[in-house]
Amino acid sequence: MLNNITIGQYFPANSVIHRADPRVKILLTVAVIVILFLASGFVALGICAAFCILLILLTKIPVKMYLKNLKAIWAVLLLTAALNVFYITGEGDPLFKWKFISIYTEGIERAVFIAVRIFLLIIISSALTYTTSPTELTDAIERLLSPLKLIGLGGAVHVFAMMMSIALRFIPTLIEETDKIMSAQKARGAEMDSGNLIKRIKAMLPIMIPLLFSSVRRAYDLAEAMECRCYNGGAGKTKMKQLHLSFRDFALVFGVIILLASVILLRIFPIVLF
Amino acid sequence: MSILKAQGLTYVYGEGTPFRIAAITDVNFEINEPGLYAVIGHTGSGKSTLIQHLNGLIKPTSGTVFVDEKDIWSKNEKIRDVRFKVGIVFQYPEYQLFEETVRKDIAFGPRNIGLDEAEINERVMWAAKKVNLTDELLDKSPFELSGGEKRRAAIAGVLAMRPRVLILDEPTAGLDPKGRDVILKSICDYQKQENAVVLLVSHSMEDVARVADKVLVMNGGKLQMFGKTAEVFSRHAELCEMGLNIPKVMQIVSALRERGADLPDGILTVADAEKAILRLVKDGGENA
Repeated sequence: MLNNITIGQYFPANSVIHRADPRVKILLTVAVIVILFLASGFVALGICAAFCILLILLTKIPVKMYLKNLKAIWAVLLLTAALNVFYITGEGDPLFKWKFISIYTEGIERAVFIAVRIFLLIIISSALTYTTSPTELTDAIERLLSPLKLIGLGGAVHVFAMMMSIALRFIPTLIEETDKIMSAQKARGAEMDSGNLIKRIKAMLPIMIPLLFSSVRRAYDLAEAMECRCYNGGAGKTKMKQLHLSFRDFALVFGVIILLASVILLRIFPIVLF
Repeated sequence: MSILKAQGLTYVYGEGTPFRIAAITDVNFEINEPGLYAVIGHTGSGKSTLIQHLNGLIKPTSGTVFVDEKDIWSKNEKIRDVRFKVGIVFQYPEYQLFEETVRKDIAFGPRNIGLDEAEINERVMWAAKKVNLTDELLDKSPFELSGGEKRRAAIAGVLAMRPRVLILDEPTAGLDPKGRDVILKSICDYQKQENAVVLLVSHSMEDVARVADKVLVMNGGKLQMFGKTAEVFSRHAELCEMGLNIPKVMQIVSALRERGADLPDGILTVADAEKAILRLVKDGGENA
């Protein structure tokens, strides 16, 4: 039941995007997210959508995997869209009026616009995690934060990166563990998906306590194993895998710059469709 | 009358994703009488997936499970009641202990059944006795117990539900020989006294030979053999192909046979072999 979680999962494949430098991927993802917020008007949003679609096609991961994320956020999408439809008042006559509810064209436009924007945000960030393994991600974050060493925070950067990679590495383990404990308690007749709120919270105890206990145990085991292999923090450590920028990274950066330029141009000289 | 029956059981993990794996394919078997049934198979042969189907923790992709001749997923059956009838002790069950005291933890299952306090208390004492847990241990926190005691407390938690069908997934893994013997004995006692069906998943062929009446052999997600223990172990070559083996003592017996010793069939344990060899030596002595 818990094996449907795909957010933050890595899908190994051999695509241009998979092979791109993780540092570039992180920075560009952040850039595209900013661009999505800069985009004003449907033309700009359409260009962003086209860019995102091209990108996910390049990842060679089935489009179905991206659409699956929709299931997790459809409630948020619906709520924001609904709020916009009902709250935004336009200049002209309302399209629909009933007692205190009135819906304007602007409201519907806004709702669609925001829903598409949220959807693109999700797609572009899952493209990053789908194509970048957790180790690559943390490695890249460590590199990106390395300027902090200049102000004497070098150790903190390494510790942060190590914490992140351990946390990421243990997500599947903990999911598996939760699944096992849930099965075991269900086999003893525990009911988890019925009853009122208090009953449900109480029903979580037989899962939370063993999970907490085994997490602590795992943390001790891991710390001991790391010490046995002479782990002493980041001092003097070199990397087995060096990151190098290549042509494809520049091509990606170039693509995002074009996207940024067109979105900014469209802000200055808007094209109005309707 | 059929107590437990699987018909065309198939389960596919991650249908529709790149990770699609058929865990078990078309498993059919029927258990008609109480007894101790061993389930053996190489790691990844589908044993764990199979047993989770038997109490409805996993809904099969296709196929049916019958408990007491009733389809457990039919509309009139409540899946929770099925779980009280078919108890499962998972691998390393000590990691599922959660209550403040061992007593409360063992009572978790009976309380979920909805028994009254007196009955719950009686069952806790009964189950604790079955697995050799003393009274003073019952009032300790489960986290203070030793590894073997924790394991026994967890098993008691399932025994206290008095399931007609008891399934144990490698209950002796990682225990010392003494702890292993205590648990195996508790399981055999439970089977006999309750006249229950016990399914024991095990990697120890010695244990299987010693306690099992019948053996189910899983390989590559399919049920390959199902028969009396002696019959299954007589197909040594086939078992080897599946990455399994037969008990050491049976290997010795078959080597002796190859060298011309006239030993009878059905030797499963060291005790059997000892008797047969002594008889052979005695007879040989008389003939000579």
